Amino acid sequence: MGTFKIGKFKKRKIKIGKLLVYICMLILVAFTSLPLIAMINRAFMPLEELYLYPPRIFVKNPTFQNFSELFTALNASVIPFTRYVFNSLITTLATVFLTILVCSMGAFALVKYKPDGSKAIFSFILMALMFSSHVTQIPNYMVINKLGLINSYWSLIIPKIAVAYNFFLMKQFSEQIPDALLEAARIDGTNEFQLFWKIAMPLLRPAWSTLAVFSFVSNWNDYFSPLIYISRQAMQTLPIALQTLSGGAGVVARTGAVAAATFVTTLPTIIVFTIMKGRVMKTMAHSGIKA
Amino acid sequence: MFSLVRERVKYMAVTGVKRRFETGKPLNISINLKNWWKRNRMGYLFLTPFLSLFTLFTVIPVLVAIGLSLTNYNMLQIPKFVSINNYRLLLLDDDVFLVALKNTLVFSVITGPLGFMMSFFVAWVINQLKFKGFFSLAFYAPSLTSGIAMSIIWLIIFSGDRYGYINNFLINIGLIAEPILWTKDAKYIMPVVIIISVWMSMGTGFLVFLAGFQNIDNDLYEAAKIDGIKSKFQELWYITFPMMKPQLLFGAINSIVNSFGVFDIASAVAGMPSPNYAAHTIVAHLYDYAFIRFNMGYASAIAVILFIMTYSLGQICMRLFKSND
Repeated sequence: MGTFKIGKFKKRKIKIGKLLVYICMLILVAFTSLPLIAMINRAFMPLEELYLYPPRIFVKNPTFQNFSELFTALNASVIPFTRYVFNSLITTLATVFLTILVCSMGAFALVKYKPDGSKAIFSFILMALMFSSHVTQIPNYMVINKLGLINSYWSLIIPKIAVAYNFFLMKQFSEQIPDALLEAARIDGTNEFQLFWKIAMPLLRPAWSTLAVFSFVSNWNDYFSPLIYISRQAMQTLPIALQTLSGGAGVVARTGAVAAATFVTTLPTIIVFTIMKGRVMKTMAHSGIKA
Repeated sequence: MFSLVRERVKYMAVTGVKRRFETGKPLNISINLKNWWKRNRMGYLFLTPFLSLFTLFTVIPVLVAIGLSLTNYNMLQIPKFVSINNYRLLLLDDDVFLVALKNTLVFSVITGPLGFMMSFFVAWVINQLKFKGFFSLAFYAPSLTSGIAMSIIWLIIFSGDRYGYINNFLINIGLIAEPILWTKDAKYIMPVVIIISVWMSMGTGFLVFLAGFQNIDNDLYEAAKIDGIKSKFQELWYITFPMMKPQLLFGAINSIVNSFGVFDIASAVAGMPSPNYAAHTIVAHLYDYAFIRFNMGYASAIAVILFIMTYSLGQICMRLFKSND
């Protein structure tokens, strides 16, 4: 009897504790997601709701009015908004593809062929993880300038292919490819390029799809590179276009378009992540640095 | 023909480094060179694209930045060597830089450790809850967003008139009578930038930590229970922390680099230059001198100081989270 009571008491105590944890977490979730919820709702608000007092978070009469303003009304202006979306898409996708190819190839070679000097190369890469990209920005600008790539898509792509972090991630994974498998394929007459493309790459799929997500997110949102490399408005990417749209004269008239543009800028990264979430989680488990 | 190739490849792959020491006697330099090339050819070939881009855009730029920091260079004339003059100006005479340095340090001390610890703690809690998927998406989503896009929303939230969500809320519950100019008043700018940055940066570490928990063998916890570990916090201290060191190190380095690189949120929220330089950061100062005034030498000195700071902090973290095995 006595023990039964104690057991029950303990159970209730744990339950209350758990409940408190859930409540705290929900408050934190409110902090992290309310701005996003407000952003999504504002994109669908008709203008009069955007100017309502007191301000509302949730939309009452959702419309696509803001989107049509963004894509049709603004399209009549000098540079259509779709142009920025296109610029962002093409540079981001090219960067993602090239960084995956170049970093996987390098990491695979470093781990599986172990050419002389691989240790030194890897320690340089670890070192590069430790400083922000701003440090190299000035010389990079000079290089891009010398190559005549200012105001071109290439200026947003080339400097961001050989990224230390991406290489690091691929290296962690390449180590898990069993040597025996590669050896067996060699005996079957597979050449080294096929070995990389047909055997290593499929095995590394979780790693490079994670890399694709991260690379997509960081390049899609990159603000500094277009700010310094691109001065022609027609070549700008979404973050800068959004800033131009939201700031400057005539802000009031464009509130609706800005709300829609914010939504358009944010949505792709969230979709990409949601689709790839499971794979990303599996990969990230191996991303630690052993010092 | 094929067998020949296969033999060679096999030789390269299997014997690798070992062979070098066995046959490494200086019989004939050209044969040694040939062997060396045979052994390393594929490796170097595959590494070439990465290494050439990495050298061009990372290794050389760091060296060039260090070199340029000792000169006056405006991109038109030849750099003029001025020794450590830039550093002397920067650290002794440039009051705005000192403000930027102070702002960045305040910002980093708060967002770095705070964001780091919060994301670890939240990941630890979420790992033990139901609806893991929902919670992790809710926490990670902000770090997927663009700083510029979200600062537009945050500017509405922190708007200085009654239409701002925060002002409206605070007036409604009676805490303030007049709306506060959150993003114009120098007093409030930094806290606002910090809140937005913590909101945006919690995710990166969070994801690494959450994934790291899945690496820890459950048997360890079972064994620890038998050994007398009672509370969840003891578990955290004696098992989870030591097992998570590689992830913790990764998260720490990430948060250092990010917090010292703060720029886009600060400039989007407070403008550039911000009122009374309240949100002026090292990177904002760098951007100002490099790409507005085109004083590349001076800007490079700023970059070098940024490099030294993040690199030495990174080294400290390496020591702190050294894996013992």
